[in-house]
Amino acid sequence: MDTSEDILQQASPDLARGPDTARAAKAARLSPSFISWLQAGPMMLVFLAFFLIPLVFVVIVSFWDYNEYQLLPAFSGRGYTDTFEGCIAQLPDLCTIGKTYVKTLKLCFLVWAITLFIGFWVAYFLAFHVKSKTWQMGLSLLCTIPFWTSNVIRMIAWIPLLGRNGLVNSGLVKTGLINHPLEWLLFSEFSVVLALVHLFTFFMVVPIFNSMIRIDKSLIEAAYDAGATGFQTLVNVIIPLAKPGIVIGSIFVITIVMGDFITIGVMGGQQIAAAGKIIETRVNALQFPAAAANAVILLAITFLIITMMSRIVDIKKEL
Amino acid sequence: MKEGRPRSFYILAIFFAAYVLFLYGPMIAIYVLSFQGPQGGLTFPMNGVSTFWIAKLFQGTGIVDLGAAFRRSLLLGIIVMIVTVVLSVAAGMAFRRKFRAQSILFYSAIASLIVPSIITSLGISLEFRIIDDLIKAHWNENFETSMGLLTSGLGAHLTWTLPFGLLIMFAIFNRFDPRLEEAARDLGATPWQTFRHVVLPIILPSVIGIGLFGFTLSWDELARSSQAIGAVNTLPLDLQGLTTTVTNPDIYALGTVISAVSFTVITLALGTIHMLNKRQAAKGSDAGKGLV
Repeated sequence: MDTSEDILQQASPDLARGPDTARAAKAARLSPSFISWLQAGPMMLVFLAFFLIPLVFVVIVSFWDYNEYQLLPAFSGRGYTDTFEGCIAQLPDLCTIGKTYVKTLKLCFLVWAITLFIGFWVAYFLAFHVKSKTWQMGLSLLCTIPFWTSNVIRMIAWIPLLGRNGLVNSGLVKTGLINHPLEWLLFSEFSVVLALVHLFTFFMVVPIFNSMIRIDKSLIEAAYDAGATGFQTLVNVIIPLAKPGIVIGSIFVITIVMGDFITIGVMGGQQIAAAGKIIETRVNALQFPAAAANAVILLAITFLIITMMSRIVDIKKEL
Repeated sequence: MKEGRPRSFYILAIFFAAYVLFLYGPMIAIYVLSFQGPQGGLTFPMNGVSTFWIAKLFQGTGIVDLGAAFRRSLLLGIIVMIVTVVLSVAAGMAFRRKFRAQSILFYSAIASLIVPSIITSLGISLEFRIIDDLIKAHWNENFETSMGLLTSGLGAHLTWTLPFGLLIMFAIFNRFDPRLEEAARDLGATPWQTFRHVVLPIILPSVIGIGLFGFTLSWDELARSSQAIGAVNTLPLDLQGLTTTVTNPDIYALGTVISAVSFTVITLALGTIHMLNKRQAAKGSDAGKGLV
């Protein structure tokens, strides 16, 4: 945004400030860069104190020693060796941590694929089929509101539906489709995936909708005029242009599911192991270095996935 | 222009309707079930209709002191909301100019949003543990802990709300017309006057949106609170604790009450935003009103 003012300012700083020289001189005492620091500094401090330094501590503590009672600030790889205990001996079978990560990635992939499918078509409907701005706003809001209520409530909301005596089971039994209630509906991988999709499709809809709404409609008209079918337009015009939104939404969903321990805990009946749950379990056992070591591993894997995805699109340019 | 709507419209409309039903259906089920009669259980059919379970919450006969948790969550939510609004607006203003460390702040915010919550939460808890150990070793042997609702807890919530606030500010200033500020400057307004009388009134509806995000994200926050909040619990933490021992509809009643607060805040905020937009449309321009 190079305005004419910027050019003026470069040519003659005093001219650009206008005739009120007294005031200009007063404003000049606070240099623009100082004002920027003043404005952005507090937020930077919060991230420094509660995000960046804590991350450094996670890495440091992951190399500390520990006993049953406390942290011992001495270098040790115990956090990591305890985590990978027996992994080499068990080859070619996967050890506990390996199995846990495979399961976490599997859950992650399922949730990603389903939320992407639902999110894409919901966003498509809102962006291309809903013509009036008011309706577009209203319907987007309708999708947004549940995001603003407690996740735990949205999880337990499935209990009366999926439970042993829940609506689904009693409905199926009454219609004679099954004789006994299905046990796998609740506290299973099925219910975990269902709840995660229920909770986080929102994170897919919003970014995809945002990139779709920016697509110039005349491009689509042009594709039709050039003889493209609806499907060809979708694959060759809309999907490439909506790609930034798809990638951003995917990053959100994948990072959330990779680190999740609450949904997997509540909906899995505390029975399903996952990367996030290992950390929680270690913390509850006061084994902080082991928890930190697992956090470092989880962070590395998440970071790897994000790096791979952000190679497809420059995220900063899209915001 | 083609006549009528294509077939794909109807297919996708049905798909959208099904998605909305999927979103709201289960939630509506628990809101209804929280009005079970005193003999009611966790599932349909309803066993009478009453406000018994909701009343039971407020009598505080449960395992946990929900009233205290309610007040704590409310206090934390309001403080998070205020801090989020002030820091986001300030940082958003800063980003309109180039400044050093700009990309560090930007990437910190994005990273804070996508690093799994449990890691942030664990980090904050380790940080405060180490601070506690230092205080115990060097100053005061009887020191308990510096972790708490308004220290580690507030920090943990801010790492979640501030990125949203900053991103909303970016969206606002993408649409903002800087000529309005230039006009104010040309008329002799100081930078502060320009902000107070020109910029702020224009962005106010979205700033209220940031406040709405700040409060509701904090009010419902769970993953980041889990390790970082200290000895006390927030309402969502209590609710999560109840899920492992759930036998009575009082958990649904609690869910209904928490949702009711969320919805009240959303409605108030949206109402205010709507009112401000209308005011802006009515009074924002003095075109055609003459010179006096």
